[in-house]
Amino acid sequence: MLTSQIKSNEIVFGSSNKDLLEEIIFYGIGLGADFVEIFIENTDNSSVLAEEDFITSVSPSFGRGAGIRIFKGKKDGFVSTNDLTKHGLMRSVSQAIEMLDITDNKRGVFNGLNKHRNYSLSKKKWINEVPSINEISEKLLVSTKSLKKNNKIITRKGSYSRNLQEVIIASSDGTYVSDIRLHQTVGLNVIASDAQYRSSGSRRFGSSGVPNEFRLWDHEKAANDVFESSMNMLYADYVDAGQMPVVLANKFGGVIFHEACGHLLETTQIERGTTPFENKLNEKIAHESVTAIDEGISEGSFGSLSVDDEGMEPEKSVLIKDGILKKFLSDRAGELRTGHKRTGSGRRQNYSFAAASRMRNTYIAKGEHSKEDLINSISEGLYCKSMGGGSVGATGQFNFAVEEGYLIKNGKLTSPVKGATLIGEAKEVMPKISMCGNDLELAPGFCGSISGSVNVTVGQPHIKVDSITVGGR
Amino acid sequence: MNSREIKTQISKAADLLNLKKWDYGASFSNDYSVQVDKGEAKQLKASQKQILTIRVWNQSNLVGITTTSDISESGIKKALKQANIASDFGNKNETTEFSPLAKDPIKVKEIKKRNPVGIKKLLTLLRGAELKLIESHESIKSVPYNGLSESFFERVYANSEGAFRSYSKSQAALYLYARAEEKNKKPRSSGSVKLGYGAGDIDIESCIKEASNKTISHLNYSSIKTDKYLICFSPESFLTIINAFSSMFNARSIIDGVSLSNKNSIGEKISTEALNIYDDSLHEKNISSTPFDGEGTPTKRLCLINRGRIENFIHSESTARIFKTTPTGHAGLGSKVSVSPDWIVVEKSEENIDLKTSLDHSTYEGEFVYIEELNAIHAGVRASQGSFSLPFDGWLYKNGKKISIESATVAGDIKYLLKNIVNIESSQEVTTSGISPHIWVNELSITGDA
Repeated sequence: MLTSQIKSNEIVFGSSNKDLLEEIIFYGIGLGADFVEIFIENTDNSSVLAEEDFITSVSPSFGRGAGIRIFKGKKDGFVSTNDLTKHGLMRSVSQAIEMLDITDNKRGVFNGLNKHRNYSLSKKKWINEVPSINEISEKLLVSTKSLKKNNKIITRKGSYSRNLQEVIIASSDGTYVSDIRLHQTVGLNVIASDAQYRSSGSRRFGSSGVPNEFRLWDHEKAANDVFESSMNMLYADYVDAGQMPVVLANKFGGVIFHEACGHLLETTQIERGTTPFENKLNEKIAHESVTAIDEGISEGSFGSLSVDDEGMEPEKSVLIKDGILKKFLSDRAGELRTGHKRTGSGRRQNYSFAAASRMRNTYIAKGEHSKEDLINSISEGLYCKSMGGGSVGATGQFNFAVEEGYLIKNGKLTSPVKGATLIGEAKEVMPKISMCGNDLELAPGFCGSISGSVNVTVGQPHIKVDSITVGGR
Repeated sequence: MNSREIKTQISKAADLLNLKKWDYGASFSNDYSVQVDKGEAKQLKASQKQILTIRVWNQSNLVGITTTSDISESGIKKALKQANIASDFGNKNETTEFSPLAKDPIKVKEIKKRNPVGIKKLLTLLRGAELKLIESHESIKSVPYNGLSESFFERVYANSEGAFRSYSKSQAALYLYARAEEKNKKPRSSGSVKLGYGAGDIDIESCIKEASNKTISHLNYSSIKTDKYLICFSPESFLTIINAFSSMFNARSIIDGVSLSNKNSIGEKISTEALNIYDDSLHEKNISSTPFDGEGTPTKRLCLINRGRIENFIHSESTARIFKTTPTGHAGLGSKVSVSPDWIVVEKSEENIDLKTSLDHSTYEGEFVYIEELNAIHAGVRASQGSFSLPFDGWLYKNGKKISIESATVAGDIKYLLKNIVNIESSQEVTTSGISPHIWVNELSITGDA
């Protein structure tokens, strides 16, 4: 994979495309564009699903396409196409120019592409190092067999997916970059049932740029974890609704910060006027115990990148330091429209989306407390061991499902409870995060937003929120 | 390559690989969309997209599949080869065949295909709509989420036994979500979505009016006391719930053990006898209708609940064979064929004598919560367990007054909800996901203030 037959006047992966890319960019600038960006990708993906003791689905896919973005002033036109010929790419440039209705004679500047930054050199071997479908199938079946621990487990599933994406990024500021990205995820799900009682459990693991990761995955530990979670919740009562202190577990507990606060720190939200933090730079927006970071550089983490989708190397962005807002995540359009410097956060699902400011590996930094310190400090509250998904409304209210929860009474964990949701608003909840544990861990996830679904990690240590609305029955 | 040429190309390439049995689904689209920000064009988008999904059957009759956007001669050959390799891992326990209905006649709605109005016209229309919405009330400061798009696409299904069907259509969509702000109050937001066969068919004025009225109606808000309330679901919110729990009618979900129903649930009473539910892709009001599914099976009107009892499940070819019935036109082409509903129609049945017809959302003067729109469905619904806990936009009606609810969730169980329907209003409203009247349910838990 990742090689194509050489044809004239067509993008060829694995070869220099400099002359062709320069010709296309010159063409756009000549038609009056301020800025021209070309994003080209070639993908090779596969997924495998095991249900009970059988492989029920193997789905390979491959594709190629280009996204052309033209800026004129603060406006931009974006055209995507599967046609990677010179003719097809020039037609896309013309279409984008036409959409922008450019009438003036001012043109941007293009002095040719810079030296090729090729991040893919050491990654071309990855395709031969990732596990074969046979190997994946065998391990998934062992995993689903491990979930068969008693007759209350009525559904067992294991799934794997691998996405290999080769990209070429070129733009009129001279950027000329190639990269190969590899993302692998594996997940386990169960449904348990006994008479009228039902519960479910799931866990997902993921990595970027580690071909061997699936082989190293401890499926037995994962199966035990999922099984235990579903059994704990099988006979759980519904939680009573109310305002109460909660302790959120580490790893995927960080999804709340990601959704409720992280998105509000993307410049796309400033552009829309939908973040309450727009004018709060260097002001206190969270409890002083909170330091929050977004970065794309942790080796192997699901949200890590060698280079973002606009050709910039990702930085480590300290968003909040000791409760003070320090930075927004910005992409090219964000810098142009809001003035916040780019942070290497320009990301997109694929060629059919224009890049936007998006999170990468986002987490609350570790504090000094143990998990027990946090729980012991609560007389009546809720421990959210495992979080489900959630959403944030247009005005900032968030809502998250608690997949596995336990009541806290007199500083101790007691009975499991189901049906809990956490409801609030970031600017009200952030000052109430009063204690951070010392056990920071990350968890992979997929984040859907303006530029499609991208791989991210969320994370945090155990944290205590002094008071939050818990939805129940 | 056009849709006929693709079939010829696949046929040739399959012969070379000695693949006797294959089918494919393909789609080709041209999409145009615009967004604006206070009168300025924000992002203008166009895309040309093509997707091909090929299935092949190997000599052991196991199926392999590949999807690609590379519909060139070499792309098609590669896709066939990959699908052939994948067929070695085909599911031995549940075989897949061609739909026995893949050559049956299809009903294509006679809609005149619209021509693209073009980006400039879309931009002009959206600018005008944004301006009118902002000018409709002094509190509306912006329309942060907006878009106008038009799509033109063709879908094809064909197989090696001679089935070939295609249809092409156009569709346009407008969404306007306004943000209103008043001093010392939290910002409030609401909006409206309208579909049409073309941009010229969209009722822009009613979209503006609806977005404005909804947004303004949320300006005066208050928290709600956590308690159980009489609920009136808007047509849109009730359809959201039914779609979220459609695994109850889904044969694939039943086989996979993730449905509340089982193979013997046909005839089971699950709601008040006054309720009928259908799935009807071909409904005259369904702008997104499709005449055939991913396996080429014609779509049709299918009764899911008849007088409160489950009447039918939705099927693909393989689930229909397992249930000893015929496919219903709900399959999505994939390595594991998916099954999903198209367009839900909710009606009051003739067995409606027990309904409390005094419950009418426009005249009832007692206390109730009106749920306008449910949010975070992906997070708050446990379809396999039957439970939900969902944030919503809505109002509390009390003492003849209506006040927007600041932030709250509604929680419950789908079986309880369906059995506790106390009224189904007569008038149906068309939404983007189906058609339904207002539905009243007794005693669901609302979490607001403690």
